[in-house]
This record gives sequence, structure tokens and C-alpha cells, in this order.
Amino acid sequence: MLSKRIIPCLDVAHGRVVKGVQFVDIIDAGDPVEAAIKYDEQGADELTFLDIRASHESRDTLYHMVTEVAEHVFMPLTVGGGVKALSDIENLLHAGADKVSINTAAIFTPELVKEAAERFGSSTIVVAVDAKSVDNHWECFTHGGRKPTGINAVDWAKRMSDYGAGEILLTSMDADGTKNGYDIPLTRAVSAAVTANVIASGGVGTLEHLADGLTEGKADAVLAASIFHFGTFTIAESKAYLAKKGIPVRL
Amino acid sequence: MKRTGLINYGMGNLHSVAKALEKTGGQVELVSDADALKTYDRIVLPGVGAFRDCATALKETGMDVALKERLAAGTPFLGICLGMQILMDVSYEFGRYPGLGIVSGTVKHFPEDHPERGFKIPHMGWNDVIFSSQRETHPVLAPLAGQQVYYVHSYCCTPVNPEHLLAACSYGDHPFAAAIGHDNVVAVQFHPEKSQRAGLAMLESFQQWKP
Repeated sequence: MLSKRIIPCLDVAHGRVVKGVQFVDIIDAGDPVEAAIKYDEQGADELTFLDIRASHESRDTLYHMVTEVAEHVFMPLTVGGGVKALSDIENLLHAGADKVSINTAAIFTPELVKEAAERFGSSTIVVAVDAKSVDNHWECFTHGGRKPTGINAVDWAKRMSDYGAGEILLTSMDADGTKNGYDIPLTRAVSAAVTANVIASGGVGTLEHLADGLTEGKADAVLAASIFHFGTFTIAESKAYLAKKGIPVRL
Repeated sequence: MKRTGLINYGMGNLHSVAKALEKTGGQVELVSDADALKTYDRIVLPGVGAFRDCATALKETGMDVALKERLAAGTPFLGICLGMQILMDVSYEFGRYPGLGIVSGTVKHFPEDHPERGFKIPHMGWNDVIFSSQRETHPVLAPLAGQQVYYVHSYCCTPVNPEHLLAACSYGDHPFAAAIGHDNVVAVQFHPEKSQRAGLAMLESFQQWKP
């Protein structure tokens, strides 16, 4: 049976992991290769790297980092942050990424997603949707949740899926950082609307939250950053918990 | 030292396959020149891109003929993902295109009603490798017993001869070929180079395989 995936997310800037990775036995906490190896050993199903600076000058550093990581861990790697053009996607895939996540650029040029899916295949294209509750619906936001777009997030996710995105990386800007759990109604609404795989993101504080995202939210995969970074739980502990709940995971 | 030739048909990144083969004991070189193929002790055909583009590229470079020659000569061969599908007679990916016909069968999309029933396409993630209890497990695939591996695909192979089905997998309630082969040919739908320890163990057994 197809397993539900557990994906740790690493924020990077200038080719280094930022936002406090605190593995106890790691020598250099900012080293992306060391962090990737650690998650590999714990049994992560994939890794996601998000370049939070994504400045033009740091692109080569990012490509180099991706290549380094891909030489050391043999699992799917998703890389996002600052992807604006087909050439950015091509460069990341050539560097060793298996999937590329597109966020703001998809809002401004939706056709980019269609072209990218046709050229590189649906399975390599992830569209990141940052959604925030506004009145009685969810709206897409850009720039880390600061700029509203007026676009209905569920409709948008469906459009991106129809354009060929293989996955929707769905982050609730309301839940992100709260440790109160994923936005389940949002996750369920998007999962029901799209044919693409849905990765739930934002708000995980406990193992129960992971389970809720998969069962009630109907997500195909769950992404979390801080609970893994700060060693609150290991990937292995998370999977053991989910397996006990009867959720199919790879042990 | 034994050399493994990784066929490069100019479709994308072969970095991770090359690195995984190197890590599991191989001396790996990318091969773009069909004439050079005969100098390798093992051949790997990775899967990148669309079926039609791959078939066209192999034909234009003469790699299709060279590969068939080497397979007839007994060179151990591993096909990965599209590198498995291209071995079949015909694929229905965006039309109808002939494959290499090395393993008889067809390549078809998952059933159209899959998304409607809640099974997302592409089939993406970790799933099983199921072996028949009726026959001996293929030596290259033996390390995968009880393991899950990483799949990413929307199309799957159906070999004509059931003997050519080396392992199966099921997505939703749709069974499909996880691995096929005969003689010195073995090919897998999943990505061993992305399947962590289990995948690396399989690549290692391929590089030690004496068909």
C-alpha cells in the first residue's frame, strides 16, 4: 500500500541551514549535508529545502548545496524559493533536485506552471500555496504571508493542479508557527478539490497533528520543520506513532 | 576494474543515478556515443522525460541498435522507470509510440477513474515490491524483500509473458509491474537511486549480478 510521507523541511540561506537546527550530536548545525544525513538516518521519506533569501547572487551557492546534498543522501529532494523562470527550474533539476517548488512566480505568471509541467513532467513540479483565512474563505498570500492577492486558495490550488502541478505544498499562514496543528478544514478542502498530491504544512506541534493532517485533512504527505529541527520528535518516533494509529507509513 | 555505462540520451540529470551506482561499487561513465556502448561491462538506462522523446533520442543516436546488440551479447542490463517502459513494444503516452520490444508488452496510463476514486496521479511515494511465492526471487531484487521503494509515474508496464513479471506493486486496486526482465535484462518501475538503503542494496546486487 502507498505510504503516507513524512517530510522534514529545512530553511536555507546562502547555502546554509538557518532557523536553529539543533541535533544534539551534529558538529555544525548549519551544514545542509549533515542535516540531510541526519534525517536520512531517521527514515525521512523526502527532504524539502526552501531558500528563504533567494537572492539572485546566492543562486549558485544554492545549486552547489543541492548537488552536495544529492551526493550524500539517496531520497527525493524538493527545492524551492525564488523560482521565477523555466531556467531556474532547469538549473535546480540539473543540480540534483528531483522536484522544484514554485510559489510567488506562479501567482504572477500561472502559465509558468503549465509550461514547466509540460517540459519537465508533472512529478517534478510542486506549487506552494500560502493560504490565510479571510472572511469565510481562504485567500492566497505571497511574500511569506504579508501580501494578499485576492485569489481564492482552493480555486487556485485546483487551477495549479489542472495546469499540471504534481503536488500542492499547502501552508496555512494562520496555523504556521502556532504549534496548534494544521488548518484541517483548509487541508481537507484542497485535498478534495485537486487531483495533485497534497502536502500539509504549517502548525505542527504534536504527533497527533501529523495524524490529523493525514486522516482528517486527507493529505498525502505531511511537512514539518520545528518539531524535527528542535528534536521534539524524531522522524522514527513520528512514524511509529502513525503506524500505531493504523496510518500506512514506511518503517 | 569493471565499468558500468550509464546511457545519456540528453534528457536531464543523471547525477543521482551515477552517484548511487558509484556509491555501490561501480566505476560509472556516461555514454552518449552508441559505438562506445560495447566497451562497458554493465549497462544502465535511466528514466527521464517523456516516452516519445526518449525513443526518438535513442533512435537518432543509434543507441537503440547498439543496446539491442549488447543485450543479445549477454551484457547485464538495468532499466529504471522510463528506462523500463522503453523496453516494451508500445506505449500509449500522449499517442502511440513503438518502444524497443526487448520485453514484449504495453505501457498504459493508470485507469482514468483513479483520481475520481481518490487515488492521485502520478503514483508518487513509497510503495511495496511484491514477489510471487511461486517462483524464486530474482537475485538483483532479493534485497528488496519486505522493503518499500520510491515510485513516481503515471504510466505502467504490462508484460505479455507472465514469466517476465519479476515483481508487482498495487496502487489503489490496480496491480502493475514493479520489475520485469529475462536473461540478462532486469528493469524496475521505481527509483532505486531515490530509495535510500533498500535502493542502494539493489544497485549493489545489480553490480555483482552474473546472469
